Amino acid sequence: MSTDTTPQDVYATGGDTSQGRVFTVTGQDWDSITEGLEESAEDRVVVNMGPQHPSTHGVLRLILELEGETVTEARCGIGYLHTGIEKNMEYRTWVQGVTFCTRMDYLSPFFNEATYSLGVERLLDIEDQIPEKAQVMRVLLMELNRISSHLVCIATGGMEIGALTVMTIGFRERELVLDLFELITGLRMNHAFIRPGGVAQDLPPGALDEIRDFVALMKKRLPEYADLCNANPIFRRRLEDIGHLDLSGCLALGLSGPVLRSTGYAWDLRKTQPYSGYEDYDFEVQTWDTCDSYGRFRIRLNEMWESLKIIEQCAERLAGLEGAPVMVGDRKVAWPSQLAIGSDGMGNSLDHVRHIMGQSMEALIHHFKLVTEGFRVPAGQAYVPVESPRGELGAHVVSDGGTRPFRAHFRDPSFTNLQATSVMSEGGMVSDVIVAIASLDPVMGGVDR
Amino acid sequence: MSPSSRRGRFEGDDASGPEAGVDAVERDSDEHVAKDVGKDVKEDKDTEQDPVEKTLEDAKDATGTGDVVEQPATDQDPGNVPEPLGAVRAVGERRGMFGVSGTGDTSGYGGLVAPKALPGFTARPYGSWFDEVADALERRLGATDLAAALEGVTVHRGEITFHVRREDLAFVAQMLRDDEDLRFEFCAGVSGVHYPEDRGRELHAVYHLLSMTYNRRIRVEVTAPDADPRIPSTVSIYPTNDWHERETWDMFGIVFEGHPAMTRILMPDDWPGHPQRKEYPLGGIPVEYKGGSVPPPDQRRSYS
Repeated sequence: MSTDTTPQDVYATGGDTSQGRVFTVTGQDWDSITEGLEESAEDRVVVNMGPQHPSTHGVLRLILELEGETVTEARCGIGYLHTGIEKNMEYRTWVQGVTFCTRMDYLSPFFNEATYSLGVERLLDIEDQIPEKAQVMRVLLMELNRISSHLVCIATGGMEIGALTVMTIGFRERELVLDLFELITGLRMNHAFIRPGGVAQDLPPGALDEIRDFVALMKKRLPEYADLCNANPIFRRRLEDIGHLDLSGCLALGLSGPVLRSTGYAWDLRKTQPYSGYEDYDFEVQTWDTCDSYGRFRIRLNEMWESLKIIEQCAERLAGLEGAPVMVGDRKVAWPSQLAIGSDGMGNSLDHVRHIMGQSMEALIHHFKLVTEGFRVPAGQAYVPVESPRGELGAHVVSDGGTRPFRAHFRDPSFTNLQATSVMSEGGMVSDVIVAIASLDPVMGGVDR
Repeated sequence: MSPSSRRGRFEGDDASGPEAGVDAVERDSDEHVAKDVGKDVKEDKDTEQDPVEKTLEDAKDATGTGDVVEQPATDQDPGNVPEPLGAVRAVGERRGMFGVSGTGDTSGYGGLVAPKALPGFTARPYGSWFDEVADALERRLGATDLAAALEGVTVHRGEITFHVRREDLAFVAQMLRDDEDLRFEFCAGVSGVHYPEDRGRELHAVYHLLSMTYNRRIRVEVTAPDADPRIPSTVSIYPTNDWHERETWDMFGIVFEGHPAMTRILMPDDWPGHPQRKEYPLGGIPVEYKGGSVPPPDQRRSYS
C-alpha cells in the first residue's frame, strides 16, 4: 500500500473494508500488493477474478482462494447478466416469446428458438404437421450455428492462452456463417426466425449457392485449426490433463455436450432422441477419451466437420424443395403473411396489405387477432430438449390455455456446466482455471437469462 | 338467454331463472328453450356442487356433447371437444375474452367465465414404456410402505409426469436414480412454476429426469403451499440441482430443505421478493425517454 512519500499507484489501489483489506488490480504494478500483504502474508489470499475480466467469457465472476499460484478453492458468482427474459416471456404472446429467448445464449440463438418452438408445437399437438422444408431449414440453421458457436469457443479459448492467430482466424470464419444468417434470416444474431409452426421465411434466391460455396471454403479452412493446434506442443501442454472430469462426475453434475463426450460416452440428443428429422441425416457422434480440455477441443473441431456433412445434406434436400411451404398449414397458428422484398428492402407484403385493407374484412380481423392477441395453446407442459453446442438445452413451457406462456423455463447447459468450475480447477494453477472454463464454453447470456 | 351461453357459463345466468327461458321462447327456437330450461333445473339441483366443477360440467353441456345439437364439421374436430371430467384439473378461471379490464366492455364477451383446466391424472394403461416405469416405481414404493408417495400420474402429449408427495421426494428421487429398472442418472434441473389459484399447492417444483441407460425421460412434480414453501433438497442425490434449487429459491421463494447453501444466485443478495412469482410485477419502473414514458407491459392495453 502506498504511503504519503510514494506516489499513489492509480492501477493498484487498496482500502480497508469490513471483510479485510481489499486491493483492486488491473494488471501493471503488483508492488503495492506485495507491500500491503507483508503484515499478513500468512493469511489466505482471495482473488476476485471478474466480473469484468477479459478471459472469463463475459461477466463471470470467479472467486479464487490462492496459495501461491495454486487454487485451493474456486467459486463462481453469476447473475451479472440476468435480464428476466423468462419473466418477460409471460407477458407476451407465444410467438413473441421467440424474440425473447433467442437473446439468451447469444452464440447459439437458433437452438434457443428451436427448443422453445418444439415445446410449443408439442403443446399445440402439431408436431407431425411441420412441413418438411421447415424441418430441413431448422437443421441447416442449427448446424451452421453449431459451427459459428464452436468457432467462437475455439477462438476465444485460444486467445485466452495467447494463441492470437486462432482467435483471428476463428472470427474470420464465423463472419462467413453470420453472413449466411444475414442472407437467410435478415439478421446476424437475435433472429427470431424459427417460430412455433415452422420458420418465418422461405430461403431467399441464391442462398443454396452461397451455402455450397461456404461448405467448400470451410473444407479448405478447417484444416488450418488442426495444423495450428492439434500437435502444437505449447497448445497441447496448456490443454492436456487440464479440467479433468470423468463420466460419473459429468452425470452427477449434469454436464452434457462436448464435456460429456470427452469422457468417451457418445451421448448426443441428435442421435439418441432425434428431433426435427435428425434421424434422416448421416453423421457421426464425436467422442474423445481423455476427459480433459484437449479432448473437448478436438471434439469441437471434429463436430464442425460433422456439421458440414449435415449442411451438405440439407442443401441437397432443399434443392428439391423449392417453393414448398415453410410454415404449418393451420391458419390459426401460421402468421397471416410472409414478408416481401420491396424497392426499399424487405418489409410488409404489399399484396397482403392490399388484401386485408381493401378486399377482405375477415382477413383483416384474422390478421389483427392473430398478431395482437395471438393463438391459444392448450393447457399442459412440455419439455423438448435439443443438443446445443454446449449440451442439453431444453425449454420447460407451461400453458394454462391462454395466449401467453404461463411459464417458460430454460435449462441452459452453460448454467449447469459452470457448476463444474470448482471440481475442474481446484488444486491446479490459476492459469489453468482459464483453460478449464474455456473448455466448458459458458455463455453468460444463457447462464443468467 | 343469449346464444353465447352455449360457449360457457355467464355471470348472472344463475339469477336469470325461468324468466330467461320465457325470453328465449320469443327469440329462439323451441329446441333451445328445452335445453335452457333443462339446464336451469339442473343447476338448481347442483347448488351444493363445487363451482369450478360445475363450470366444467356446464362447459361440457354447452359445447354439445349432448344428443340434440347438430354441429358443423369444423367444430367436431377432436381438438374442439372438451376433455371429459376427471381428466382435467381446474386451477382458477379465465374471465372475458380479450383480457381487457377497467374499460367499458364493448365486445359482449366480458362476462364469459371459462375454467383454466390443466391435464389431470391419467388412468392405466399409460402406453409404451410408461407402464414399465410406473410398475417399477410402484413395486419399489409398495415394498417400502410408502405407497402413498405417488399422488398420481399424468400422461399428456407423450410425456409422463409423476406427482410425488413432497415429504417423500428425496426417497423417490434416490430410488429413481439407483433402481436398476429405473436408472434415471441425469437430472436436467428444477423448474419452478407458481399457480396462485391452485389452492394449497401453489408452488410447483418440476424435475426433468433422463435415463441414459434406457433412453427415457420422465417428469417429477412436487407441490408446496404458499404458506409453507418447503420442499426437501435433492442435492445429495443429484448434485447438479445445487444451482437449480438456488435459482428456484431466488425466483419463487421455495425453500429447499437440506440444501448446503441456500442463497440467491441470479438476483442480488439483498433483493426483496421473488421475481418469478405471479404476484410480482414485471417492470414497475416507468421508462422515460425524452419526456415520453413507457409503462410496464402489464399496465398497457393488451389483448389476451
